[in-house]
Amino acid sequence: MEPAAGVRLDNNHKLSLREFPYIVRWRDDRCKRCGRCTAVCPVKAIEATVKVQRTVKSEGAVPTPVASRSVIQVVEQVTDMERYCVGCGSCTLVCPNEAIEPEFNPQNKLLHYKNKGGDAYKRGGRRNDPALSTLDRLKFTRISMLTDPALDAGRHEFRVRSLLGRILPPEELPLTVENGRLVVDKSSGKFIPPVREIFPIMIGSMSIGALSPPMWEGLAMGVAYLNEVENIPVVMCSGEGGMPPRLLRSKYLKYFIIQIASGYFGWDEIVRSLPHMVEDPAAIEIKYGQGAKPGDGGLLMAQKVLKLIAKIRGVPQFVDLASPPTHQTKYSIEEAVAKMIQSMSMAWGFRVPVYPKISGTKTAKAVLNNLARNPYAAALSIDGEDGGTGAAYNVSMDKMGHPIASNLRECYLDLVKQGKQNELPLIAAGGIGKRGNLAANAAALIMLGASAVSVGKYLMQTAADCFGDEYNRCNLCNTGKCPRGITTQDPKLYRRLDSDKVAERVVEVFKAADVEMRKIFAPMGRSTEIPIGMSDGLSIDDKAMAERLGISYAC
Amino acid sequence: METVLALETMKEGHDGSGMGIVMKDLGGEFEGLKGFPILSGICSEQGLDAVDRYMETHGFKAKYVWAPAVREVPGVQRRDHYFAKVYQYPESYLDRPMSEKEDLLMRTRLQLRRMGEEDESIIVFSFYPDVLALKEVGDPLEVAEFFGLDRDGITAKIVFAQGRQNTNYAINLYACHPFFIQGYASMTNGENTAFVPIREYLMSRGFPGYIGYNSDSEVFTHILHYTVRQLGYPLHYYKDVITPLKAAEMDRRPDAGAVRLMKQSLRSLCIDGPNMVIGFTPDGTCFMLQDSKKLRPGVVGGVRGKYALMSEECGVDRAIPKRERPEDIFPMKYDMVIVSPNADKVRVWNQQQG
Repeated sequence: MEPAAGVRLDNNHKLSLREFPYIVRWRDDRCKRCGRCTAVCPVKAIEATVKVQRTVKSEGAVPTPVASRSVIQVVEQVTDMERYCVGCGSCTLVCPNEAIEPEFNPQNKLLHYKNKGGDAYKRGGRRNDPALSTLDRLKFTRISMLTDPALDAGRHEFRVRSLLGRILPPEELPLTVENGRLVVDKSSGKFIPPVREIFPIMIGSMSIGALSPPMWEGLAMGVAYLNEVENIPVVMCSGEGGMPPRLLRSKYLKYFIIQIASGYFGWDEIVRSLPHMVEDPAAIEIKYGQGAKPGDGGLLMAQKVLKLIAKIRGVPQFVDLASPPTHQTKYSIEEAVAKMIQSMSMAWGFRVPVYPKISGTKTAKAVLNNLARNPYAAALSIDGEDGGTGAAYNVSMDKMGHPIASNLRECYLDLVKQGKQNELPLIAAGGIGKRGNLAANAAALIMLGASAVSVGKYLMQTAADCFGDEYNRCNLCNTGKCPRGITTQDPKLYRRLDSDKVAERVVEVFKAADVEMRKIFAPMGRSTEIPIGMSDGLSIDDKAMAERLGISYAC
Repeated sequence: METVLALETMKEGHDGSGMGIVMKDLGGEFEGLKGFPILSGICSEQGLDAVDRYMETHGFKAKYVWAPAVREVPGVQRRDHYFAKVYQYPESYLDRPMSEKEDLLMRTRLQLRRMGEEDESIIVFSFYPDVLALKEVGDPLEVAEFFGLDRDGITAKIVFAQGRQNTNYAINLYACHPFFIQGYASMTNGENTAFVPIREYLMSRGFPGYIGYNSDSEVFTHILHYTVRQLGYPLHYYKDVITPLKAAEMDRRPDAGAVRLMKQSLRSLCIDGPNMVIGFTPDGTCFMLQDSKKLRPGVVGGVRGKYALMSEECGVDRAIPKRERPEDIFPMKYDMVIVSPNADKVRVWNQQQG
């Protein structure tokens, strides 16, 4: 049978709202038709439109129906999957009458349709999996009770600090005894690798470019304040994309880890600034992989490459900036990676720790073992599958990668087997603070063997109110239309974000995390050193997980 | 016995689940046997045969055997043989340096331990010249009576005794303080919350003696051994290893550079307490130190030639009543009290000043 020609009254070609991930609930009785919601919607999922309404009235004792037609103004959700409501809720925020709100639709079929023109779905955010993560299932069960006095988080002296950098084994320290005292034997010529004392929660690599100027600036100001005023040595990684030249030449550079990734964006400016640097950076991170999109390179969409970004990165405006999936010079870990570590070390006179970052993978141990034999490798950062990104294919984010807990644990135990657990610090990332448990997740990873953890997404949420969550809410980071002004280069959007407020929140978040870490470590009797590898303190309510992680099962 | 009676005064501080004694610089019948290694342990009939066979096969000739005059007491379950056997080194080792002899003794002890571990037919605590160890489960006073320490004339310049053993794990004689390895001994009160990472670190040093750990306190002895014997650091750096200073405090030390590097490299051996550690080294130096929170008691008191290092003052009163009590030393978090060999001199080393 041939399809009906012309107007199709059955609307069979249209999607129903039930297919959409968020359904906008609009209340006619409250709406005053001001138009703020439709103006603010970053994806134009709602529009002001008019409808014809037919009303039938009957007045008088005998039914005498009279039909009348009127034109009414409504706010309508469009049924175009290219303009699907992302559920950000900006409309709700601007509505003066609480007349509109998106509602999550668990039956949605977004992934069935979001590939128009053969374009696979790209987005920002992280893995859309709201289930409880392994990190959130870990519990701290070794509580100091009557056999040993628990410590008082408020009274006892705590040192929540970690080390970033290659640490020599004690046998290799150039120490000699002179008059009953140990002295450093400078004549030995032994290379002592640089080591930084840091707060064990670091701010992970989010580039200036992926982030808006006020967001990046807010984070940076917060970090400087934490170090200078609060005496909490938080370090922050630049991400790929360079750093503002003024910061490169400032005394605050010591709080930043500069990242070099496969696109080398921003490194012209960094190299030019080298002779003018008054401080060394905290470290150099060589990015080989990212947990959110293993095997993919960085991606800054053209719409985000505005004047400032183009200048810092040394590229023309409005071009897609794709970093290759791997460093073009990398053909073997034995040689090329070692050379890169050495080159970066050499650029700063071997005074700066240089470490690689990889995405969580079953092959992490192979990388680790290679680094363990490289005396210049300062650490290994492993980014698990729950890590975030500014732009990636949905399939990479949702389905690629390795959970951080077991990946980190097997790497740590491998180091233990070699006796190198204190020589090569492991940095764990990916999904820390996913449910808001920043300190607990960090402490759990530390007890599984991490020397430090990195957070990114959590900070955007907590310090700048990012709407994103694991129900695919918002996640517009790749489009440059971030309604919070966090991941956009559009001044109309980013002026919504106040960098001072971001900085204030960063400070509050780290101060609170510091307190919470103490509240975890104190009842476990730890205060002077963070409990790296104290796996007897952890339990989980799943036997298979307990066995895999080498911890106890508790229920 | 004097030491056990002093221990008894601190009865409220132990639960009577066991007692261990380690004696060094022995007198009496051991006076003339100073250079010969003493194997201290407990064996079943079968185990004793196995020990004798093993020792003979490996060239150790028994020179003297001491066995406590065991008296049955209700609270202590008697095992077949308690002994301290003095051996002559195998001929091929007679002229070897002490460090090689020490390694041989340790390897032998570990092998014997492995042979009898499964069926508990052989339990060996120490194999070292001029050191004797006795351990048994039960109330300390009863155990002392059981071993006949009140009757036997065995004497020693250094006597370490501790009642109660680790209660976190199953009662096991290997979990009984004091612990000993190659001339180094220590005993501890308190619980070691950093036990697992420390154990993992020690076990991954590639040193065969770092095994056991039936008690979380055994690591203190091994850290002492590792710091002083293996790394060659002067004794007081033991304090810097297990309770490192903060960065700002370190800057004031004359050896700040070395201490800073040590703190990083030995980070895994930092204890978090709460612990008080008493120990001795092969030269007969004894010491007491506290962790950085100073949550456990500890006191050193005495007269020239005789000092007591105890958990509690009442113990010192019992052992050395005639002393200048105001001169008793209560080490605080930065202190390490060091008693020189023969108890000639006591000094307090302050970690802040180095």
